[in-house]
Amino acid sequence: MRFGVVRFPGSCDDVDAQLAASRVGDAVLLWHADRDLHGVDAVIIPGGFSYGDYLRVGAIARFAPVMDAVADFAREGGPVLGICNGFQVLCEARLLPGALLSNISLRFVCRQVELEVVNAQTSFTRACVPGERLSIPIKHTAGRYYAPPEQLEALESEGRIVLRYAPGHNANGSVLDIAGVINERGNVMGLMPHPEHAVDALTGSADGLRLFESIRDHCAEAARSPGLVGA
Amino acid sequence: MRARILVRPKAGILDPQGKAVERALPALGFVGVSDVHVGRLIELEVDDASQLEAMCERLLANPLIEDYEIELTGGRGR
Repeated sequence: MRFGVVRFPGSCDDVDAQLAASRVGDAVLLWHADRDLHGVDAVIIPGGFSYGDYLRVGAIARFAPVMDAVADFAREGGPVLGICNGFQVLCEARLLPGALLSNISLRFVCRQVELEVVNAQTSFTRACVPGERLSIPIKHTAGRYYAPPEQLEALESEGRIVLRYAPGHNANGSVLDIAGVINERGNVMGLMPHPEHAVDALTGSADGLRLFESIRDHCAEAARSPGLVGA
Repeated sequence: MRARILVRPKAGILDPQGKAVERALPALGFVGVSDVHVGRLIELEVDDASQLEAMCERLLANPLIEDYEIELTGGRGR
């Protein structure tokens, strides 16, 4: 299978995401001004500071030509993972509910955190065990997840809160300790922590690989039964 | 047409920038300050003012987390 990692002006984790994805499959970079996804099986919107993050985080990148193609790809059920700035972009593009606000501390936070896998049945976490803890770093200034109360109820009751910060690890003030959410259809996910920075024990943890393996397994299954893509 | 668009955090959403300013003012001796919020002012020239609302909804503000007010301030130039 082949991952496509979008590169915006200002992306900085695109190469790490490509390297991480290439541990479980092929991975290519997709250019922001390109409308063609070159037949990839899964899309990753990486971290960084797309278009300088001027105005609001993720607000400008949403209008990049490649995002039209990503939205079409998502509508067809293709898996899309947004990491950090990618999560912010997907929220601004309304492909995911909610928004990411400034950390309560107003400070940039960079640290290894523990996450709890709340839903291990998604295309992005199926290689995990429910309740399992993953050690993955965060590094952001605007990572405080917010959604209106009625939306939070829906997210919780529909199992769409996929990852939570473990007790004591919510460093940004996210509501309900939310670290990662998924869309209604289950094929678009965003998270603030960086699984692509946790793919080798040499740098502290290889837990992030679980997400890439999950996407690979999902795509392999979808290839065997094409009707089930995105299910 | 010149317009000013005031964008501010929605009521009820924690505004740490406002809180930081609120804490800083007494440190400088300014007392009796409360309920501080920090927003953004966007000034622009526009030919068709009826487009401003759509501009706010689609780009200038995020209606999920921000309120906005549009004020038309008259002719060209400043």
